Amino acid sequence: MEYLSILFSETYKILFLLLPVLVSVAMIVWLDRRIWAFVQKRKGPNVVGPFGLLQSLADALKYIFKEIIIPASSNKIIFILAPVVTMTLALVAWVVIPFSEDFVLADINVGILYIFAISSLGVYGIIMGGWASNSKYPFLGSIRSAAQMVSYEVSIGVIIINVLLCVGSLNLSDIVLAQEKIWFVVPLFPMFVIFFISALAETNRPPFDLPEAEAELVSGYQTEYSGMMYAMFWLGEYANILLMCALGSILFLGGWLSPLDIFPFTIIPDPLWLIIKILFLFVLFALVKAIVPRYRYDQLMRLGWKVFLPISLIWVVLTSGYLMYFDLLPKN
Amino acid sequence: MPAHAFFFYIFSLIAIVSAIMVTASKNTVHSVFFLILDFISISCLFILIGAEFLGMIMLIVYVGAVAVLFLFVVMMLNVAQQKNQWFGAASGSKHVPVGMIVSLIIFFELLIVIGGWKLKPDLTNDFINLSTSRVTNTHSIGNVLYTDYIHLFQLSGMILLVAMIGAIVLTFRQRSGLKRQSYISQISREKNDGVELVNVKNKAGVKIDV
Repeated sequence: MEYLSILFSETYKILFLLLPVLVSVAMIVWLDRRIWAFVQKRKGPNVVGPFGLLQSLADALKYIFKEIIIPASSNKIIFILAPVVTMTLALVAWVVIPFSEDFVLADINVGILYIFAISSLGVYGIIMGGWASNSKYPFLGSIRSAAQMVSYEVSIGVIIINVLLCVGSLNLSDIVLAQEKIWFVVPLFPMFVIFFISALAETNRPPFDLPEAEAELVSGYQTEYSGMMYAMFWLGEYANILLMCALGSILFLGGWLSPLDIFPFTIIPDPLWLIIKILFLFVLFALVKAIVPRYRYDQLMRLGWKVFLPISLIWVVLTSGYLMYFDLLPKN
Repeated sequence: MPAHAFFFYIFSLIAIVSAIMVTASKNTVHSVFFLILDFISISCLFILIGAEFLGMIMLIVYVGAVAVLFLFVVMMLNVAQQKNQWFGAASGSKHVPVGMIVSLIIFFELLIVIGGWKLKPDLTNDFINLSTSRVTNTHSIGNVLYTDYIHLFQLSGMILLVAMIGAIVLTFRQRSGLKRQSYISQISREKNDGVELVNVKNKAGVKIDV
């Protein structure tokens, strides 16, 4: 009986978190398309609902009623599993995101490592999809994507080490609370820039969308997918982008903290601040998509391994040296 | 706690079954996927006993990086065909006995190591201290790794570095006649180096040396 009540209360909490995430993913797709259109002096989706807000819902409805085609020569189990894995991993990482000091589903000690681990698992959805399709474009796309994600994970990991040196804890709430005096974006600004660009590459966003470069690979690993399975890849991708924005705002922009602790800022509740910061980062993501042309593959690899990795490693040495010299290392 | 035991049995069952499937499945890519499942369930077991740091590192390092490279190799090379050539032949392959001998040696080594394992005398006291103190296991691993075992830690890092350099040297080959892109020479190129204006005499043409 006790277990049942725990089960129900937890399920309620999970639903309370997941439904807003899913709805905001749909909204964010609309926002992405609108921003993209405005930069190119178009209107974008503006027909369904007010300002076209319901466009994503209409799209989702269309995808649900479309036939799912499974290629005859594909590996069926893995083919079906791939979008499920992508979507599940994208949603499961949200449990540790703290929306305010006491509004977090699982306040675990190693929250940042958990998010990092889940995002490194995200490669598998893509590899499985590409391999199981048994067709050359998806396979090439998935190989590209896996190499790209593994390379940029390295620099994201080193950047996270930079932040952890200043915090002294792997808990996400502790990371936010350590920024009460100053957001880490100020002392670690170069790391924020590199984190932002690596997050673009990690989520396969333009200008690093080589895995689905339509000019050369049709649509990369998604080529053979149709109907709801394609929509699930798509949802997972955008949920991952939102997650990266949330991670960026927690690590560098002070999470739920308001910029100044004075009157007009304190009216806005804490979770809303986090959402505003996530939206700000997402608008940057969308603008980059509209403005920057696609990278070539060797340039992408060069950027990851020869530029970002050395810079962030040097920055680790600098940060730890600074903290050591001025005796600012966090002590527990 | 019954829930704890329940999850323990589920994860260990998945771990054992997938470990068997790694060797038993015909398709090599499937074997790697089962290996990944094995890694994941073992990291779940780590988390169940409270070693959350180890569990997460296991996920990040083995599942996120090592197994991806495994998958690469298995997908790119046609390992499945080779495996069938080796083990599929009806007239007993000579690789099977070699494999048996190697695995037997490893098994006995494990037996000797685990049999001769000496635990710290006050280990149980340490466990009680750990469970009552508020130090997270990330902190306690750091406290041990960077104080008592710092030399071993550095030494293993050096060994890995040497192995990495060795692998790079082995696979590195200098190819001649390759056109490389140099950003500096591209950016510093100016109109005078690139474009030359030639006055061409009518009906005489001009010869350009390349």
